[in-house]
Amino acid sequence: MNKGSKLAMGIAAISLLLVGCGKATSSTSSKGSSEALSGKVTAVGSTALQPLAAKAGSNFTAKNSKVNLTVQGGGSGTGLSQVQAGAVSIGDSDIFAEEKAGIKADKLTDHKVAVVGMAPVVNKDAGIKNLKMAQVKQIFTGKITNWKEVGGKDQKIVIINRAQGSGTRATFENAVLKGATAVKSQEQDSNGAVQKIVSTTPGAISYLAFSYFTNKLQAVSIDNVTPTDNNVQTNKWKIWSYEHMYTKGKPTGATAAFLKFMNSKDVQNSLVKDMGYISIHDMKVTKDAKGVVTQN
Amino acid sequence: MEQTNFQLKKQDAQSDEWEAQLHHATKATREDWIGRGISYFCIGIIILVVASMLWFITSKGIATFTQNHVSLWKFLSGTNWAPDQGQTGALPMILGSFAVTFAAAIVATPFAVGTAIFMTEISPNKGRKFLQPVIELLVGIPSVVYGFIGLAVIVPFMRHLVGGSGFGIISATFVLFVMVLPTITSMTVDSLRAVPRFYKEASLALGATRWQTVSRVILRSATSGILTAIIFGMARAFGEALAVQMVIGNAAIMPKNLISPASTLTSQLTTGIGDTIDGTLPNNALWSLALILLLMSLVFNALVRIIAKRGQLKHER
Amino acid sequence: MNAKRTDLLATILIDLIVASVVGILFFLLAYILTAGLPHVSWSFLTGATDAFSGAGGIGVQLFNSFYLLVLTMLISVPISLGAGIYLAEYAKDNWRTSLIRSAIEVLSSLPSVVVGLFGFLLFVVKFKIGFSVISGAIALTFFNLPLLTRNIEESLSAVSRSQREAGLSLGLSKWKTEIGIILPVALPGIVTGIVLSAGRVFGEAAALIYTAGQSAPVTNFADWNPMDAASPLNPLRPAETLAVHIWKVNTEGLASNAAALSAAASAVLIIAVLLFNLGARLLGTYLYRRVTASK
Repeated sequence: MNKGSKLAMGIAAISLLLVGCGKATSSTSSKGSSEALSGKVTAVGSTALQPLAAKAGSNFTAKNSKVNLTVQGGGSGTGLSQVQAGAVSIGDSDIFAEEKAGIKADKLTDHKVAVVGMAPVVNKDAGIKNLKMAQVKQIFTGKITNWKEVGGKDQKIVIINRAQGSGTRATFENAVLKGATAVKSQEQDSNGAVQKIVSTTPGAISYLAFSYFTNKLQAVSIDNVTPTDNNVQTNKWKIWSYEHMYTKGKPTGATAAFLKFMNSKDVQNSLVKDMGYISIHDMKVTKDAKGVVTQN
Repeated sequence: MEQTNFQLKKQDAQSDEWEAQLHHATKATREDWIGRGISYFCIGIIILVVASMLWFITSKGIATFTQNHVSLWKFLSGTNWAPDQGQTGALPMILGSFAVTFAAAIVATPFAVGTAIFMTEISPNKGRKFLQPVIELLVGIPSVVYGFIGLAVIVPFMRHLVGGSGFGIISATFVLFVMVLPTITSMTVDSLRAVPRFYKEASLALGATRWQTVSRVILRSATSGILTAIIFGMARAFGEALAVQMVIGNAAIMPKNLISPASTLTSQLTTGIGDTIDGTLPNNALWSLALILLLMSLVFNALVRIIAKRGQLKHER
Repeated sequence: MNAKRTDLLATILIDLIVASVVGILFFLLAYILTAGLPHVSWSFLTGATDAFSGAGGIGVQLFNSFYLLVLTMLISVPISLGAGIYLAEYAKDNWRTSLIRSAIEVLSSLPSVVVGLFGFLLFVVKFKIGFSVISGAIALTFFNLPLLTRNIEESLSAVSRSQREAGLSLGLSKWKTEIGIILPVALPGIVTGIVLSAGRVFGEAAALIYTAGQSAPVTNFADWNPMDAASPLNPLRPAETLAVHIWKVNTEGLASNAAALSAAASAVLIIAVLLFNLGARLLGTYLYRRVTASK
């Protein structure tokens, strides 16, 4: 019993200590994040941009070992609201800040770091390789429900849309639906899931960024324009968007250095392309938040 | 004389000392105070957590109605969920959640009760040695693993069986069925074991067969316990997020049949919260979904209590 | 005769049900292990994940899972020990106690996604700590507290009254009786409960997606100073755990072998959880023997 009671006393003492410790760590941690901003860069937001930012980030810190750089996902909405609140230094977003209600875009500075092209993808069985823009719109608004109506097999169309509020969906709806509302359908959160579902579900149609194309699914040309990087660069292919890194006001210190690095030839000509994005340097046109395209 | 005086004085001093000692807290009392303080502090933390959780989620959840002036009735009965366009009809998700919950409970209950009867009445020995660990293992499997298996096995299976994409209520039901099965089973076992032995002996002595005894005596007197078990299972199904999100297809449309994609409160929450801006309608509407989840778990809690009270009354009578 | 036939039929039906339940478990285990184990290798267990495709090893995630588990336990065990002692020893049978008990019940019945979102609201949105190990650990604590508290209270209450009276009659304080006499006796039950809850915490994902985050930055395993950004011990870095990784690979994964990867990760997760379960039993019996000195 004596042994047991000593053990118990020990446990109790440790537990008391730990209660104290638990509190202590949490209070110092809240302080730590606001301090030392000079050497610390946190980028939060878009899961689509996350891999590129993470790779570029690790290349950047390899050269600047003093800089403490973390890249996190969480979604474009999280990124924009966090950078607006000043909680993080960079907010990653798939869409213009102007397009998100609740974000004061004039307080934020936009840094476009890459371009993403997107295209409709269909299951290979449907027998579709090309569609007219109007047909794509009719499919997604529910006016066309069978592939035979657009020259394919006699097969029901299964629409797989993207989650509401996601950047991919916003881009697609801006370019294709132009204000019309999509028919209610299955929604998937992520490129990976869409890729898997479209390649396995007969009659499925969805849309994906170019980098997610595989030979198991069919990327669809629109009005005989093929979805390629070159066509995006000249805006012949209409469905594309920027990847943005937003800062609150003008960036300074390490953040500015990192953004400059993102825009450098090092990143744009190798990393950006390796990951299936289109370099911002190659674009021959510019799109603004309202969707107006101008020649460079 | 002097001596007695001295003695008295000495006694006085001593009794003063005793008195002082009695008035002061002993070491044991002080220990008790400290101990009491520590344990009160700890319970205080828990209460604080619960209170702030209820407060925060409620205040975020009602913002849809107080700040964005969406009518509560429209929110609960509307069928169009497009918060980006100001449409916040949450009925599809509410129905989706209830559909998968009830369907899973209906499928799981016979399996759970059957297994529990086997473990308590038919073969208690095998039950304890073999089935008990099986049930515990099923409880231990993390929900993402259930989701993964659902995605890798059940969805393709459903696709072959009934066509379509394979995502939908029926796939979610299957995944949830396996997830709630151990919860319902182990609680049913407890309630069957709690049935007094002499009930069973009396029934058998009257010449009833084992099944007659089980169905008319044991199950009947364990009814409230079994109901509690089912409700706990339903609460788990209602709140399960990832496994369901991975297989249900997340379509915010009214569930038409069992094979069409649908969505639940939890699946909509996990998909949407990262894409919305804090303080805007789409974000607030999602918090309102979270509030519904919270209120439903309070309802399940209340149901368990009511059933327990009824059960008690019945036994007392 | 009819009753006997029904009896036989019912027995057969129940046997079938039991067989199918056992069959389901074996199918689940066999599926995960056969699909996953062939892909589990040392390099898979220790390697880094490729940020772009999600392919590669799970070394960082595995470490994150254990680190979060340890932190969670460090915070939640002392609190639930105190709370359990309060409920077992100090709480009077009145409305206040029943309110406290209902509060704990409510906390335990909350869906983990709600707990996770509360953590997100509190730590990421309000306190601006960001997705981090510490946010995740506290969210897991919220989720762990009610179960652990109830387990500790039950183990303490199960100790016989006479042991308490013995302590008090020796002039020990209530606190000392509880800590010195009751707690050691209740220890086997408590430890079993802790290890079982560790299994649950280890497999939890929904509460972590928006608290500990979905990214696992490559960490420098040579740097053990918790204040350094690249250190694996830094409580402020985002930490995707194994369970979150499985979810992420399944929904977002680009790797051509995503299915094999998540099967392998699931297999590792399942094995870890099984080990926790087994450990709980063994430790419980061992401690029980030690405390009761029975063979």
